[in-house]
Amino acid sequence: MFSGKVFGALAGATVLALSASGAVAQPKEKVKVGFIYVGPVGDHGWSYQHDQGRQAIEKAFPGKVTTTFVESVPEADSERAIEQLARTGHDLIFTTSFGFMEPTLKVAKKYPNIKFEHATGFKRAPNLSTYAAKFHEGRYIIGQIAGKMTKSNTIGYVGAFPIPEVIAGINAFYLGAQSVNPNVKIKIVFANTWYDPAKEGDAAKALLDQGVDMLAQHTDSPAPIQAAEQRGKFGFGQASDMERFAPKAQLTAIVDNWSDYYVARTKAVLDGTWKSEDTWGGINAHMVVMSPYKNMPDDVKKLAQDTEAAIKSGQLNPFKCPIVGQDGKEIECKGQGALSDEQVLGMNFYVKGIEDKIPQ
Amino acid sequence: MRFELTPRTNASTMMRVFASVAAFITAFLIAGFVIWLMGRSPIAAFDVYVLQPLSDPWSLQELIVKATPMALIAIGLSYCFRANLWNIGAEGQYVIGAVLGSWIALKTHGMDAGFWVLPLMLLLGIIGGALWGLIPAFLKTRFGVNEILTSLMLVYVAQLTLDYLVRGPWRDPKGFNFPQSVTFDPAATLPPILEAGRVHYGAVFAAIAVLVTAVILGRTLFGYRLKLTGDAPRAARFAGFSSKATTLAVFAISGGLAGLAGISEVSGQIGQLQPSISPGYGFTAITVAFLGRLNPIGILVASLVVALTFIGGESAQIMLKLPLDLTQAFQGILLMCVLAADAMVSYRIRLAARGGGQ
Repeated sequence: MFSGKVFGALAGATVLALSASGAVAQPKEKVKVGFIYVGPVGDHGWSYQHDQGRQAIEKAFPGKVTTTFVESVPEADSERAIEQLARTGHDLIFTTSFGFMEPTLKVAKKYPNIKFEHATGFKRAPNLSTYAAKFHEGRYIIGQIAGKMTKSNTIGYVGAFPIPEVIAGINAFYLGAQSVNPNVKIKIVFANTWYDPAKEGDAAKALLDQGVDMLAQHTDSPAPIQAAEQRGKFGFGQASDMERFAPKAQLTAIVDNWSDYYVARTKAVLDGTWKSEDTWGGINAHMVVMSPYKNMPDDVKKLAQDTEAAIKSGQLNPFKCPIVGQDGKEIECKGQGALSDEQVLGMNFYVKGIEDKIPQ
Repeated sequence: MRFELTPRTNASTMMRVFASVAAFITAFLIAGFVIWLMGRSPIAAFDVYVLQPLSDPWSLQELIVKATPMALIAIGLSYCFRANLWNIGAEGQYVIGAVLGSWIALKTHGMDAGFWVLPLMLLLGIIGGALWGLIPAFLKTRFGVNEILTSLMLVYVAQLTLDYLVRGPWRDPKGFNFPQSVTFDPAATLPPILEAGRVHYGAVFAAIAVLVTAVILGRTLFGYRLKLTGDAPRAARFAGFSSKATTLAVFAISGGLAGLAGISEVSGQIGQLQPSISPGYGFTAITVAFLGRLNPIGILVASLVVALTFIGGESAQIMLKLPLDLTQAFQGILLMCVLAADAMVSYRIRLAARGGGQ
């Protein structure tokens, strides 16, 4: 499946950051928008949320846009599917998984008049933008909720792969928990999949067996939160609001909201103002949305809402310095009062207090 | 009441060809019926699935790109299956071939190395796949372990080995910790046959494999030995053919071709190592081998047909908004029809009266 979901502004040697737009842009009467999904649209997670964004485009511009999607496209064989969209008159093509980076770049070079948008990658071109969301902001909030609510003082995390985005999510979650509960412990299991309900469920059960009573997940199916529901424990929805799968267990969900971005980018193509850009939006940009806080005492709810507001206003950064690594040494602070974007996007260390090792 | 299958002795080649055609038509009729049930036009679907991809140079080229790895692997598998040996692990042999071949590409990265890089990569790809294939063969001949299980299990070992390498020692140091290797240098890239095209030299390897296999199976003692080992193992033993040697040989050939497919795909198509380098070619090739009835020319045709269902399936999603599941269902329907037609040619089917225990 896809090997990573995030990426953003990086001045690395491989980055083709060109801010000038390619061909002379002109307003269009009608726009055809295509999507490449890595999973099935019915995963209720990653691809499902991108498809919600696609539907939002159709609603926003009735009669002016048509949309198409190709689902479950294997990353090792995606170039053809992307090119098929390019050849069938699509003006704007979104490829929604990290593993589509090289193929998207190849096809974008071949079709300079078509606009491409690659989610979570870091290679751009005059007709290829990148975009991603700061999900770690939401993870800090759910970390605080978990830290407050846990009775066993042990919280669990089902991760997909030990890649920077997931590591940053774990750190943000744990830092949030630590900020309200200095004694909290975390247990982490990597499922080695983005979407496999059986494996994700097994990972969740293994954590629950070890006394975890709060379960966060960074895999896309509702299986982990369903496991929490069955055991009478609590969990957090991932990518979409999973309340219907776990009405008693879901405290909140970190919802990926691509709709605003997709509508804005489609409008830019319609208006002829589309430019190659890099977008990394968080709660502030409405790309990361917290679903209603439920099943928790009022004081915890208040705390969560306050934290959400503080992150939104820019007062609070989950990775505000000092950040201390596992070895007790402070991490060099390369941003302004917080870790820099590059440090977050390439994160490969655990913060102090996590008694685990990143699998290599 | 029950059915009885009695072998036919007089099944002609004509009958078999006719049965294949009938199987395809039946599969299309069933799929057309399903599409009609979904409220779409079966004729439009046939046009998008089959006619359009076959009438457009770009699609034809993509057809060859997609068919190449499946044809290479399936040709290899036909050696095993002819000898009644069940190599289910071509996917793993493909991966290990790709890994061992890529090792050279990564070692020579940025060195401006010579022309020898690519041939060495291909050779190591073949060797890697062959060695991985020889593990289940050895376990079978030495300890009598079931090769279906071991070859299948080794797929996961191979995939996890690749996974470990691209997340650990072979990770691109400039790749922001993402699990992928550096992109290969031009010297380590299998070039396209036509400039700016997507068809790489893997297609040539597949064509050579088809021709050589046709000669080996039809004109050599080794080909006869395979057939005899598969059809009449006792007779093969009496004839002095060592079943152990045959087992080792066919697994090495099969693994070697899968490994060649793997390194060709990574070097010619993907251009780097990443956790997933195959959308299941090693498993799809099993279908291809049987659709082609283990005959080299048949396999070549079958690989193109299966590639067509993939490409047509994508077109159907784009043009008709038909779901991907339908493509997968159609592949299954097609295989069932071909196997059923084959059974009906090979066997006479009779309704037998209910009898006592025999």
